[in-house]
Amino acid sequence: MIANYGYKDGSGEYYISIDTDKCTSCTAGRACLTGCPKGMFEIITDDYDDEVAAVKQSFRRTLAFDCTGCKPAGGYSSLPCMTACTPGAIKHSW
Amino acid sequence: MTAGEKKEYWRWQENCWIDESKNWRDAKIVTAGIDVGSVSSQAVICVDGELYGFNSMRTGNNSPDSARNAINGVLEKSGMKLEDVTYVIGTGYGRVNVPFAHKAITEIACHARGANYMGGNTIRTILDMGGQDCKAIHCDEKGKVTNFLMNDKCAAGTGRGMEVIADLMQIPIAELGPRSFEVDEEPEAVSSTCVVFAKSEALGLLKAGYSKNKVIAAYCQAMAERVVSLIERIGVENDFFITGGIAKNPGVVKRIEKLLGTKAAETKYDSQIAGALGAALFGYTLMQKQGASAKAA
Repeated sequence: MIANYGYKDGSGEYYISIDTDKCTSCTAGRACLTGCPKGMFEIITDDYDDEVAAVKQSFRRTLAFDCTGCKPAGGYSSLPCMTACTPGAIKHSW
Repeated sequence: MTAGEKKEYWRWQENCWIDESKNWRDAKIVTAGIDVGSVSSQAVICVDGELYGFNSMRTGNNSPDSARNAINGVLEKSGMKLEDVTYVIGTGYGRVNVPFAHKAITEIACHARGANYMGGNTIRTILDMGGQDCKAIHCDEKGKVTNFLMNDKCAAGTGRGMEVIADLMQIPIAELGPRSFEVDEEPEAVSSTCVVFAKSEALGLLKAGYSKNKVIAAYCQAMAERVVSLIERIGVENDFFITGGIAKNPGVVKRIEKLLGTKAAETKYDSQIAGALGAALFGYTLMQKQGASAKAA
């Protein structure tokens, strides 16, 4: 399942997509939990009883601000969450 | 209505129905789904995995009472007691506050499952236009979610936005859709990023001499554009189905169909019950699995 967390507002579209099929057999040791400097990810049991990564509820409406520090202007050349998730389950829309 | 009492143009028709051709006493498994949304609450009862009855009403000021009121309506009409229901699943915004629910499941999974029942197993894309959020969902032939996207940051593109416009125009909400077609030419859409901006813009258009119908058309177009931009992020795969209260507004539905270039599948069921129906069906599947494990043991 592709889970898109985020929103669209007057300034743009801000979604973090997680391919949860890659979470069920995670080979990165749940590195998303520590890879994000803000700790935005969590492991949940989804509606089909699979343990998958998700963006915490408290961050879902503020992604544009929360992720700013990890974008190129913040000094990063690649996003820490995407780098940590070696199976490639995480993507940003912006 | 007494003098000075304000007419509630936003108020939509609450609905309670049971299938008189079925007898719940003959059923092996009776399950219920309770969808406590931000604007409306629904209770659906299924007997042996088939829709038996539902109640759809406005959500009150607390979720447990809304859930109780919703289920009580359909229980009373059917002569059933809560104890007669084998399993209850809560869903929607208030899903964790349904006191008599055995389990909570997100409305995303429940809408997909409900749409699969209401529109058939060829449904692949679902647009749920709820009271205060909007969801675009892809599912497989079993109604299992394969991709979803949700926007609950603002009320633009939601039922609440339409209620605001009904009150502003002083036109009953059920008449907005048909009246949006009574225009000489299709107007430009109003702002689709925010209901507050859209309301201000609608007021401006009225002052500029637009007819009420033209303003409604502009708002319906804005809402359609808003949700289409959302659904386009995940793509549209036929068959396409719309759930939620806005599915009853042809002014928005026809405009969405035009923008997407596809027709929404029709159903004989009330589009607002999709979430609760999906929850009741999840309950049925769980009960079947439990029964099968008990037999195996």
